[in-house]
Amino acid sequence: MIPLSWYLVLSAALFSIGFYGVLSRKNSVAILMGLELMLNAVNVNIVAFWRFLAPENIAGQAFAVIVFAVAAAEVAVGLALVISIYRRQKTVAADEIDLMKW
Amino acid sequence: MTPIQGVFLITAAAILWSAYMVVTRDNLIHSALYLIITLFGVAVLFVLLEAGFLAVVQVLVYIGAIAILMIFAVMLTRGDVDKLEQVSIANSGFVAMISILFFSTLILLMGQWPAFSSTAPELEAGRDTVVELGTALVSPKGYVIPFEVASVLLLAALIGALYVARPQGKGK
Amino acid sequence: MTTETLIWLIPLPPLLAFFLILLFTKKDKRLSHSVGVGAAALSWLLGMLVFFAAIGVDHFGEHPFTSAIGWLPMDGEIFSIGVLIDPLSAVTLFFVAWTVLMIFIYSIGYHNFGQPKGKDDVPGLPPQGAEEKHGKTSHTVPSVEPLYSRFFAFIALFAFGMYTLVVSDNLLTLFVGWEIMGLCSYLLIGFWYAKPSARDAAKKAFMTTRVGDVFMLLGIVSLYSATGTLNFREILYNEHVLETLASTPSVVAGLSAAGLIGLLLFIGTVGKSAQWPLHVWLPDAMEGPTPVSAMIHAATMVSAGIYMILRMFPLLSAGWHHGGDLTAAMSTMAFIGAFTALFAATIALAQRDVKRVLAYSTISQLGYMVAALGIGAYVAAAFHLLTHAFFKALLFLGSGSVIHGVEHGVLHTGEHVDPQDMFNMGGLRKKMPKTFWTFLIGGLALSGFPILTSGFWSKDEILADAFANNHMAVFITLALAAFLTAFYTARQISLTFLGEARTKAADHAHETPRTMTLPLMVLAVFALAVGWVGIPEHFPVIGGLLPNWFHDFVGGTLLEHPEAVAFSMTPLLVSLGVALGGLGLGWLVYRDVKTGADDPLRKLLGPIYAVLENKYYFDELYERIFVGPAKRFSEVFSYLFVDRQLIDGILHGAARAAFSLGGIFRRYIDVPIVNGSGDLTADLTQRFGQVLRKVQSGSVQQYMLVAALVTFGGLFYYLFGVLQ
Repeated sequence: MIPLSWYLVLSAALFSIGFYGVLSRKNSVAILMGLELMLNAVNVNIVAFWRFLAPENIAGQAFAVIVFAVAAAEVAVGLALVISIYRRQKTVAADEIDLMKW
Repeated sequence: MTPIQGVFLITAAAILWSAYMVVTRDNLIHSALYLIITLFGVAVLFVLLEAGFLAVVQVLVYIGAIAILMIFAVMLTRGDVDKLEQVSIANSGFVAMISILFFSTLILLMGQWPAFSSTAPELEAGRDTVVELGTALVSPKGYVIPFEVASVLLLAALIGALYVARPQGKGK
Repeated sequence: MTTETLIWLIPLPPLLAFFLILLFTKKDKRLSHSVGVGAAALSWLLGMLVFFAAIGVDHFGEHPFTSAIGWLPMDGEIFSIGVLIDPLSAVTLFFVAWTVLMIFIYSIGYHNFGQPKGKDDVPGLPPQGAEEKHGKTSHTVPSVEPLYSRFFAFIALFAFGMYTLVVSDNLLTLFVGWEIMGLCSYLLIGFWYAKPSARDAAKKAFMTTRVGDVFMLLGIVSLYSATGTLNFREILYNEHVLETLASTPSVVAGLSAAGLIGLLLFIGTVGKSAQWPLHVWLPDAMEGPTPVSAMIHAATMVSAGIYMILRMFPLLSAGWHHGGDLTAAMSTMAFIGAFTALFAATIALAQRDVKRVLAYSTISQLGYMVAALGIGAYVAAAFHLLTHAFFKALLFLGSGSVIHGVEHGVLHTGEHVDPQDMFNMGGLRKKMPKTFWTFLIGGLALSGFPILTSGFWSKDEILADAFANNHMAVFITLALAAFLTAFYTARQISLTFLGEARTKAADHAHETPRTMTLPLMVLAVFALAVGWVGIPEHFPVIGGLLPNWFHDFVGGTLLEHPEAVAFSMTPLLVSLGVALGGLGLGWLVYRDVKTGADDPLRKLLGPIYAVLENKYYFDELYERIFVGPAKRFSEVFSYLFVDRQLIDGILHGAARAAFSLGGIFRRYIDVPIVNGSGDLTADLTQRFGQVLRKVQSGSVQQYMLVAALVTFGGLFYYLFGVLQ
């Protein structure tokens, strides 16, 4: 059968790729896509742990459901912000939106 | 190599490859489409993990809503056409290195953990996880509070997104 | 209210008057003089009550009125001060009360109360006269003194000082009264402070008496350290104490402790009572208004010096018994007293100013008293003190009246003559009869006119005592002085009152108001009568009719009652001779001096006259020996060197040092270190900030990267630790 380690490695890899995407992409929407990858990796992790370590306790899945909700909300607000910034600055390049500094 | 493992491996490969594509394509629409493939792959994983309901929810919410939303956002923030060229910032090499380092450290760390290579325990037959999940989400002895709070969160996000993205000039 | 309480109250009314006048009534002249005279009258009343109580007591000397309070707590015991009225102080109180009251009343008229204010009168100068219009004509009349109230305040303070001295029972409060009077003397001599001569005279008086006072203070201190007390009854009425003091040798070889202390105290009297060599201040003190001269320099302050040595007589004569050798202190007193008496009398011969003659006369008479005490004639000295106070006060007040009269004439006629020069007077007996008769009585008393006048009795007693105890040098000197006294007195009276007026001013003189002539008359009564309480028992014809009350009463002050002097005709005849002879001669020489004529004595005496006129050049001598060098010393050394160079030098040096130190601090510590470190801190912060600000690039991804690194780094570190 599939050992836990395969799932964990997969989610770690997915998370790292998402991490890379967040930190290196210029377009803000692309950053948010990277963020989605990270969230999905986390979800996989949670469900894998649920399945392998405490399948009788449905808490794992409930947790994953909540994560879905949170991810959805976050994407909605984040994209709204990106659009708002685009309207103001006419750009969504992350390195050009550098107002939060000295 | 059981068939399940084979399925898993193929799915894993698909996920990782499309994830890589997501973060490296210059064309954002392509990125979004690859994202959809990744999300689909994750849904398959959920099925393998016998969390069928979650697989469906994944497809509905993530692919059906979030990925579509991403595509819309990409369309709305097109901007100048020539800005589409460089979508990676200058120090991406350094970040890649950090990511790899992070990944390896994580694996190393997890390798130390005794239960790393445990196998999945048998589930009792006839157990309906969907019903259990549903009950847990609305039961006071379960997770009704996080559930309700999550709905409040969604409300807040709804209102917030509306407010933030409203047309300029006029009020709320 | 017991007599003792009354005694405590005697000095207080004048003190109160002083404060009241200065603080409240200065603007109102009538109120001021009322307060002053009222206070003097009150003290007079209290004094009389005490006096009459005192003479009623049998053997008063043995139980005098005393009252004391503990005042100064010291190591173990308390220093007490208090009041003492024994026979000596009772008699002194009597004449002080009378003369002070008379002088207060006299001052009202003297300072022209009721007269208009002169338009040129400035405070600090004597009043110059005011224009008074009668219809179309106007003539000048004497104007009121501008500083009228202040005068009464000062003489009230003076009266306080004198009363304090008289009622004291110890040397300390006596000295306090002594010094207060010294201060008032300064204030009053310099009353007309805008006159340079008055200012100089005031300073001279104060300085000269100060010399005496310093020695007196030394005497008081040595007495205290030798006996542990300053109370009169404890020292002077204690045989044991006196014997010890007389036998203990002092630091000066050949002098016993009593002798040294006595001499030191006597020097105080030399200063205060203007004996040679400290006599120089008294003639100059005539710069003050005449009531001042009368009170301070005739009746009371200079008498205080005599009073003090009378009081301290047991100490001065410790070791002496009647008929034996004089102690060192007594010999000194006898010499100085007799010398001064003659010395001053000779100078008086050649003086032109009416008050100067009287000043030298005072010095001379005080010399009499000192000499009398020096030969042991205690009662005689006290008697002469009493009579002298009355007739000298009378004479001074009379001279003031004369000067006022002549001044009126000067203002009326506009003639610019010195109203005090006797050679500008003459014939005033017709113009100012009351002044004339009272002055005559006073002059006769001074000369010792027999039987009628008091001066005769007291002077005769001194001469008799000197003769009987075989002090021939003293006797002859004093007799000679008496002759000269009579002579210059007759000179004075003749020049002033007899003959014809020598100037227009004298011709226009008229009698002074009642406030001035009334005191003259009262004092004249005393000048006549007060001698009759001391008629010696064995005097031919009238002796024995009246008991020698004075001798019995005052003699009781001492521990051993002095014997009455054995009567002898020789001194009596000598006394009669010099008195009548001197008076007659003076009258003969001076009765007919014409206008503008010079003193006949100048031709008679030749060059000696000039010496006498210039007071034996003592003032010049002192100026050269003491005053000049002192001034030069103060100018050159104290002022220029010590003050300017040393002290200012130190100060300026300190200032410069402070400045340069400050500069050093600034240049080497403040600027480089303090400023530098401040600037360095700011600089470093700025540079550090400039480096650090790069962290906030604004790029969200960078923030995220750093956050992730830190978080994961920490997390992994922790987890590695846990899992290990």
